[in-house]
Amino acid sequence: MENYINHGDKDTRSGFGEGLTELGRSNENIVALCADLTGSLKMNEFAKENPERFFQTGIAEANMIGLAAGLATGGKIPYTGTFANFSTGRVYDQIRQSIAYSNKNVKICASHAGITLGEDGATHQILEDIGLMKMLPGMTVINTCDFNQTKSATIEISNYDGPVYLRFGRPKVANFTDVSKKFEIGKGLKLKVGSDVTIVATGHLVWEALKASENLSEKGINSEIINIHTIKPLDEEIILESVSKTGCLVSAEEHNIYGGLGESISRLLATKMPTPQEFVGTKDTFGESGTPKQLMDKYGLNSSSICESVINVLKRK
Amino acid sequence: MYEELNKLVPQVRRDILRMVHAVNSGHPGGSLGCVEYFVTLYKTILEVESNSNQNDMFILSNGHISPVYYSTLARSGYFDIKELDTFRKINSRLQGHPTNHDGLPGINISSGSLGQGVSVGLGIALSKKLNNDPSIVYVLTGDGELQEGQNWEAFMYASANKVDNIIVTVDCNGQQIDGSTDDVLNIGDLKQKFESFGWKVLEVEEGNSLDKIHEALTTAKENSKKGKPTVILMKTIMGNGVDFMMHTHKWHGVAPNDDQLKIALNQNPETLGDY
Repeated sequence: MENYINHGDKDTRSGFGEGLTELGRSNENIVALCADLTGSLKMNEFAKENPERFFQTGIAEANMIGLAAGLATGGKIPYTGTFANFSTGRVYDQIRQSIAYSNKNVKICASHAGITLGEDGATHQILEDIGLMKMLPGMTVINTCDFNQTKSATIEISNYDGPVYLRFGRPKVANFTDVSKKFEIGKGLKLKVGSDVTIVATGHLVWEALKASENLSEKGINSEIINIHTIKPLDEEIILESVSKTGCLVSAEEHNIYGGLGESISRLLATKMPTPQEFVGTKDTFGESGTPKQLMDKYGLNSSSICESVINVLKRK
Repeated sequence: MYEELNKLVPQVRRDILRMVHAVNSGHPGGSLGCVEYFVTLYKTILEVESNSNQNDMFILSNGHISPVYYSTLARSGYFDIKELDTFRKINSRLQGHPTNHDGLPGINISSGSLGQGVSVGLGIALSKKLNNDPSIVYVLTGDGELQEGQNWEAFMYASANKVDNIIVTVDCNGQQIDGSTDDVLNIGDLKQKFESFGWKVLEVEEGNSLDKIHEALTTAKENSKKGKPTVILMKTIMGNGVDFMMHTHKWHGVAPNDDQLKIALNQNPETLGDY
């Protein structure tokens, strides 16, 4: 992979855990809450180092969200941790009223997002959470792609005053982003310059997009790769600048194509620069049990699906 | 003290009635039932100083009784009483249900979707403990509202974690939109339920008596910071102070018409000047 080296597979949730631990040491206003998934969310270290600032809520997510809203009202910066499904759909009204409408400085941190949660199956694999959260006025929505990015995002969102949804995952995946690069909310990253097609990816699909780009090169297709980690607010400039050059776009995400990053991009393009677009994502379906790799392949969330979509979108230019 | 409060009570009732009448919507029944609680809390219990960051805080969980909240806040100096005239109207900070979204002074959080206020109050109480802030968090909830499960998550959390700087009051008026709480979904013996959840329980039989409310809130305050959260089960009469609105759920979310307003206002003479 030109310029991008996998420094060893690591899970994004461990990036969250490390980021949170560092924050705990540097900022005494940081507090963390977890609904009985401390180990899964990698929050143990923070809890051990800051027992008075860690709140184990038990299996009671609604109360956890309310506690976080209250802690923020009292001037703290709460980080809530549980699986993405229980961080969003289960507590949507609590987030909507007590956090979003009330503009509370709460960081809703969600692990095990998407289909790569794996063997637990569809009850736990939420593929609708980006849509749910981006529809809330004032909510910032971030989906990080690797360990390094998740760690820096975790730290950086503490400097932003307002509600944030931070989405990451369970499996160990390539860790390739530049560790020294400061995370900027709302700023897309151009990972590779190209001229034929723009591929915009978020989360676990970013590495797949880079792999796809190599395969496409072999076929003589020169792709531009953009990593959008902040789905809302969307970096419109980087996308428009790219498609003004390439004239077509493929979006890729581990999420339902309804309500995800792809839809945000198509709204942008429809209003500012109508452009052919293809969508890589789940096609309005629930997931199922399986290994992350099997599921990514079965549901078309991999580099070959991206390549296929590129071929299709090029025909529509 | 009571001279002032006795003047305030009918005036707040007038505000409530005139506010809901003006927009032909809103919730007069529960608002009227809690007038005595609100004026007692704001005028005799809450310790708030503008320069301090260690102030007592109040959270209204049953946000639909916003008229009594707004009237009490305005008449306690949080904003001009003239603003009460904007209640539920376009471009107002006095939304149908209370919110901090538009910067209305005195409101700390949005409420209306029920069952969320106790959790929020607990979160504030936890932040006070972290800050070594000795002040207290007060929360009011409805009784029908306790049908929402989140409350019980919060009650369990509070006692398990000894959150003892919070005083929750339950407005036990026995009514909700569809009828009496006994008929809609019987919430059973609240005293036993709270005690089994590890809470200190105080009961007020006359929740529309300024004296009794003051006594209960004072006792609760004395009991605070002793390892247990405190709840006051406050029996109130919905629609209190307007004879045809009392003892029924019918005025939960219905505004009086012109004639009804006239009768209701006659029962509550102007004492401090209408807005």
